[in-house]
Amino acid sequence: MAHPLEAAAGPAARARLGGGGLPAWAAVLGGFGALWLWGRGVAPWAFDYPRALVLPARRWIGAATRWLLNEADFGLFTFTDATRFIASVIDLPYRLALGALSGGFPAIGLAPMGWVGVVALAALIGHRAGGLRLATLVAACFAFLAVFGQWTSAMVTLASILVAVPLGVAGGLALGLAGHRWLWFARAIEPILDLMQTIPVFAYLVPILILFGFGPTAAVVATLIYAMPPMTRVTMLALARVPDDIRDLGRMIGCTRRQMTWRVMLPSAKDRLMVGVNQVIMLSLNMVIIASMIGAGGLGFDVLSALRRLDFGTGLEAGLAIVALAIALDRLSQAFAERAALPLAPAAGRGPVARHPYLAGALATILAAGLLAALMPAAQTYPEALRVTTGPFWSDLVAWINVNYFDSLEAMKNALLLNLLIPFKRFLAGLPWLGVAGLLAFAGWRLGGARLALIAGGLAVLIAVVDLWEEAMVTVYLCGISVAIAMLIGLPLGILAAEREGLWRWLRLTIDTLQTLPSFVYLMPAVMLFRVGDFTAMLAVVAYSVAPAIRYTVLGLQGVDPRLVEAGRAMGCTRRQILMHIRLRLALPEILLGLNQTIMFALSMLVITALVGTRDLGQEVYIALTKADPGRGLVAGLAVAFIAIIADRLIQAAAARARARLGLAAGGPREHA
Amino acid sequence: MSDPALHAAQPLLVCRNVWKLFGPRAAETLAALGPDPAPERLAAAGLVAAVRAVDLAVGEGEICVIMGLSGSGKSTLVRCLSRLVEPTAGEILFRGQNLLAASEAEMTMIRRHKMGMVFQHFALLPHMTVMQNVAFPLEVQGMGRASREERAERMIGLVGLAGREHFYPRQLSGGQQQRVGIARSLAADPELWFLDEPFSALDPLIRREMQDEFIRLQSVVRKTIVFITHDFDEAIRLADRIVIMKDGAVVQAGTPEEIVLNPATAYVREFTRAVPRSKVVRVARVMGAVEGPAPSGSVPARATVAEAAPLFLDGAAALRVLGDDGATVGHLHRDAVVVLMLGG
Ligand SMILES: Nc1ncnc2c1ncn2[C@@H]1O[C@H](COP(=O)(O)OP(=O)(O)O)[C@@H](O)[C@H]1O
Ligand SMILES: [Mg+2]
Repeated sequence: MAHPLEAAAGPAARARLGGGGLPAWAAVLGGFGALWLWGRGVAPWAFDYPRALVLPARRWIGAATRWLLNEADFGLFTFTDATRFIASVIDLPYRLALGALSGGFPAIGLAPMGWVGVVALAALIGHRAGGLRLATLVAACFAFLAVFGQWTSAMVTLASILVAVPLGVAGGLALGLAGHRWLWFARAIEPILDLMQTIPVFAYLVPILILFGFGPTAAVVATLIYAMPPMTRVTMLALARVPDDIRDLGRMIGCTRRQMTWRVMLPSAKDRLMVGVNQVIMLSLNMVIIASMIGAGGLGFDVLSALRRLDFGTGLEAGLAIVALAIALDRLSQAFAERAALPLAPAAGRGPVARHPYLAGALATILAAGLLAALMPAAQTYPEALRVTTGPFWSDLVAWINVNYFDSLEAMKNALLLNLLIPFKRFLAGLPWLGVAGLLAFAGWRLGGARLALIAGGLAVLIAVVDLWEEAMVTVYLCGISVAIAMLIGLPLGILAAEREGLWRWLRLTIDTLQTLPSFVYLMPAVMLFRVGDFTAMLAVVAYSVAPAIRYTVLGLQGVDPRLVEAGRAMGCTRRQILMHIRLRLALPEILLGLNQTIMFALSMLVITALVGTRDLGQEVYIALTKADPGRGLVAGLAVAFIAIIADRLIQAAAARARARLGLAAGGPREHA
Repeated sequence: MSDPALHAAQPLLVCRNVWKLFGPRAAETLAALGPDPAPERLAAAGLVAAVRAVDLAVGEGEICVIMGLSGSGKSTLVRCLSRLVEPTAGEILFRGQNLLAASEAEMTMIRRHKMGMVFQHFALLPHMTVMQNVAFPLEVQGMGRASREERAERMIGLVGLAGREHFYPRQLSGGQQQRVGIARSLAADPELWFLDEPFSALDPLIRREMQDEFIRLQSVVRKTIVFITHDFDEAIRLADRIVIMKDGAVVQAGTPEEIVLNPATAYVREFTRAVPRSKVVRVARVMGAVEGPAPSGSVPARATVAEAAPLFLDGAAALRVLGDDGATVGHLHRDAVVVLMLGG
């Protein structure tokens, strides 16, 4: 029985590694402090990475891109041929979708469906997915777009999504299936998926812009790349979770490979796959908005140009239109996902119409709408005269707030800037890169051993080596402050909501809805009140990243074994003692994961706040985008990904350790219960 | 001697010295460690020994029940028999053909046409109706729609679900779902029928009902059966022969009667202790010779003593014991029954 004994010794040994490490920590922190205070004279290179040793990674990437574009030749075709081919594959369906939704096909004299047609079709789909209630909601959302004059832009955005989502789902499914069948393939794509999900979106907008040019096609490509990794992950997970019995059944009745995949595995995984489809849709929306920077047009472009002009009214209107579109798409795809879990009895009727009532209805709707639009132009284009615009209202509101509250808002902003943000920024900027990397490596070693030490320390050094240390520290400062504030808001709210079912239901609906909103939308109100700068960026980041802080706190607290709480009560603990000593402590692993998610959200939002003038890595990426410099953008993007990976791995390791420790600590009372 | 079915039967399935080790480089390690490696040494090599040196012969038309606690390797063994799990070593003969030498394509054909399996958690496809589920094995074989649905219809009727063809699995109770699983496993008319804890996920009352149903079905379809259970009472009720497994190895094999009367180890005795002997001992074993006046009542030789006991309620002192052919083979005396029943 040597083996189980060894296994049992594993965690204990690792616990020893971490436990009683106080002297070691003190020594390392002491060394770090000494380096920080007195090292500048002795070893200036530990503070400012020597110029001569900077790795010219951006030049290399730039050269590689140029080579790909101008010289790469795979014999039968060149790289440029390949990108042109991809572009044409995407371009055709995009034109079709856009033409049907809003542009029409002037070449063959065909008019678009018109707003009445699209609203009716959306309602029909809503009815099919979730009955009358959903039909009403979806129709209202679409009508909102027409009434508030956002129709044309919204249809441009919708057309990109209609093209990107099927391609993204199909691509993710294919990769996921391959990863499921071949273990080596899963292993090979795992780190790439990791990187794709942590690298900020701006970073790969640059190469895409260069490869595909400015325009909706490039935007769809970017959207695909953005939405495919989660679908790949969900597919692999969903297939892995298909019960063994079902798999055995397929082999037992002698399915061929193809029958196994299409008749047994995929249908059995359908519930989970639909969750992935919902994710792809929402991520696509988010990305299509951001991709307005490389020519996606549509609602994102309206927000972007309004931001640049500081025209809040227009920007907010477009922002609200994005919200309406997001809600409609999210509820629709969720309803379809839930329906997938409840098969209905097969239709009893005969004939194609009775068997496919919704398909027939959709065709009838399109025809009727076309006819109506031909007879009545108002059904084609929403009449200008009936348009409602709230733009001036919002502009006036902002003006009014600024007139009446400018001083107090400004005072609050300045107080926070002077007393918190700037000192913290200075502090971080003054730290020696070598010391920080060493500290991270040490933390990695304590938490997870040599491998983690190498990852944490190595990636930190790499950031310095490509000469982005200063920018990275600005990112860490903004991210750190925002995450701290998000946690300060999220923890108490989560603690409150964990015990109050009513509050939690309401709060969950709010954060669910907030999470469906594209990140762009968060910038608008912050800019309106505080104009550009770090403070504005911080507000947007906090608003965007507070949701996971709340959610994981509640889930963690609700997951605590009620018997332990009861035991605490029996021992005569006060409510406060139970909270502090039992519930929070046991929920710690979950809360740590929440912290991790909050950091990931914050980093992804932070990059977007480059639009409001931060000076961090995000700005570096953004400048690269405007200058079409792929090397600069990709290297800065990778630096952000490195920060994300360091934080993620360290916190995951800490959470795993906390769980292992609590497993031991909680094992005793549980056995007696 | 006690059970004619056992000895009359040709073995349909034989396995010799079958091993299944989970873990890295299992085959090499097993070969290196010699013919009968100690479990400790396997564990030290990082291997889980799920099936160890199992010998087994299942006769044609026989119900062979494999019994063991959870984790004793029953599921792995039964999956080795159809090569859903690749055995690490050993030999598996089906009608004399060595399955381990069969190609993947041959195995697919054998599984399609000769083997059927019922799963503990039903393994019904959620997106298919009862009809589609039952017809699915035939569809996979490429059978046309009309003929496969006709055959599925018959199977659904056989398990008592006629009228529910167009229900989806989640609209059915657990017992009904397993009836679908049974119908599906019989759809391709297999020779060899594997049932892996088919009733373990059901409530006790339903379980009992399904056992009766199973006995009735077997009287109609007459398959060769490998039935897995962790419930000793279930094994006793259904088995022609019981194979008891512990930690991947067979500890005892025999008829229910043999096992209850002569448990081979303390481990087996633990199971048999609570079983009343009258429920397993058959009349043939305790009957006396044919002598004296012929009693008026009669009882089949295959019946258990517990089944025969109520026949003495009318005050009879003895019963005629009838063999399979209906001839009187002995007399069963009241005293013999009383002694056995009082003895536990
Ligand atoms: N795929 C596998 N990999 C590793 N170990 C396995 C695997 N399948 C089963 N085992 C192990 O083999 C042993 C027997 O399992 P199983 O055959 O499922 O037992 P039973 O069906 O009797 O409950 C168990 O210890 C189980 O953990
Ligand atoms: Mg089992």
